[in-house]
Amino acid sequence: MLALDLLIQGLVQGAIYALVAVGLTLVYGLLRILHVAHAALFTLGGYLGVLVTNATGSFALALAVAMGVAGVAGIAVYRLAYRPLLGRSPLIALIASIGLFIASEEAFRIIFGAHGLSYVTPPLQAQIEIAPGISLSLARIAVVVLAVVLLSALGWLSLSTRTGVAWRASVSDPPIAQAFGIDIERVRHLNFFVGSALAGAAGVMVALLNNLVEPTMGAVPSYKALAIIVLGGLGNVRGTLVAALALGVVESFGTIYAGHLLDRDAIAFAFLILVLMLRPQGLLARS
Amino acid sequence: MAYEIIVATNVAIAILFALSLNVITGFCGQVSLGHAAFLGIGAYTSAMLTKAGMPLVLSLVPAAVLAGAVGMVVGLASLRVRHDFLAITTMGVAFLFVGIVRKQDALGGEIGIAGIPAPAFGRPGLLVLSVVCVVAFAALAVAIRRSWAGFAFESIADDEDTARLLGIDVPRFKLFAFVVGTAGAGVAGGLYAHQVRFIGPDSFGFVESVTVLAMVIVGGIGSVWGVVVAAALLSMLPQWFQLVDDYKLLLYGALLFATMRFAPDGLAGIATRALRRVRGAA
Repeated sequence: MLALDLLIQGLVQGAIYALVAVGLTLVYGLLRILHVAHAALFTLGGYLGVLVTNATGSFALALAVAMGVAGVAGIAVYRLAYRPLLGRSPLIALIASIGLFIASEEAFRIIFGAHGLSYVTPPLQAQIEIAPGISLSLARIAVVVLAVVLLSALGWLSLSTRTGVAWRASVSDPPIAQAFGIDIERVRHLNFFVGSALAGAAGVMVALLNNLVEPTMGAVPSYKALAIIVLGGLGNVRGTLVAALALGVVESFGTIYAGHLLDRDAIAFAFLILVLMLRPQGLLARS
Repeated sequence: MAYEIIVATNVAIAILFALSLNVITGFCGQVSLGHAAFLGIGAYTSAMLTKAGMPLVLSLVPAAVLAGAVGMVVGLASLRVRHDFLAITTMGVAFLFVGIVRKQDALGGEIGIAGIPAPAFGRPGLLVLSVVCVVAFAALAVAIRRSWAGFAFESIADDEDTARLLGIDVPRFKLFAFVVGTAGAGVAGGLYAHQVRFIGPDSFGFVESVTVLAMVIVGGIGSVWGVVVAAALLSMLPQWFQLVDDYKLLLYGALLFATMRFAPDGLAGIATRALRRVRGAA
């Protein structure tokens, strides 16, 4: 029963990782930038989720606002930070992104205080028994459902719409896509909006699970999501999803069975290094 | 004076640490997001040895050797994974180091190592030792840059496949860069441990790795002088910002961002352009 419990915990964690990492891998696929500041939009989502829920009492509204604002903020990050640096070495953009992330953590601390915020009446706290002896909070179930719904919507958007075709074309070959009349700039805006909105949604859900948002809540996603997209094969969305779930499960089993040797992050990265030594291009290599 | 000596020693150690990464990332083009792990290996090695009675200067040798040996293993990884995959792998190595240290009681675990003995020759002596190490390493870096190895590094940084076609033994030079760079970081770690006299797993985290990479890139990738100036500036910034303590990190992050955004080729680039303008005006 412990194994099943750990598996479920791992999958819930993996669903959150997936929501954060998909945006990151989309940015990488399009621009070849390791977008560390992505985690700042995750934090922004978390804060908005708590603030709007506390102000209006509607969690659904809070989720929508958080996703919308995080998405627009993502576009702003692209225009202010990355667009002027596109011709440069990706390292330059990486350091700029890290600077932006550090500054944003501090900005959250200065604006909202160092101790963080909580939901006044946290929604979705009821426990449901899903199997004999195993109960899950509604919030955890909501995390998984939300991840499945949002990522399926993304899949539908990219596979079955004209926008999606343009998007995928721009990722696989920008000059040819441009020659076919695709507005690359629009695709990039869309890309940052969608990826950042997903990160914002993840922030809201993490805030719900912990009933806490704090300025440093983006620290772990900032580097863990990098590990996940590399594990998934950099820029490969399917690979990223597989890697997110795999890492969630490896961590949840690892902390129980190897917790006396390594901490949670070290377990994740030991797994990453092991996989990369065997498969240097990640779990699913980019086609 | 005492305060100035402490600040000057901090700056010297930061310069040594940044120069050591510059060999790997600047010269040879191998991005490392986990260089703080080698600072940590050197710091722990040196601290354990001086606590057992070894003189500080002597303890720097095993610190460099051990850091260099682990660096060689990571260098082997760089033969397998490239570019961004390598950057994240090195980041993973740093998390692995911290995670292992955290769980080893022999290494002080979560609490770290306190009561590291003060150097026998006092704080001014530690400053002199640090400066000697910096000068020696800078001289080594310049010598490497001017040698055949420097040319090989540059060609690998530029285009690894072409370098291989030209008959350059790419794996050998990559390993060389990693060993030299990580051994230098090991020495910096030994000095650091005796400067602060308390080390713990959190002294060598992701932020420290990022900070040192920022020094190399703000300095202008590969430029020895640019990196020296950038390391000095960035390591002193937090001291200057003490005045506005609450906004220290906010300013630091914003400055890092602004430098990359408005001067992407770093201080070396700014200096070169300024020099050209002066010459053009004359």
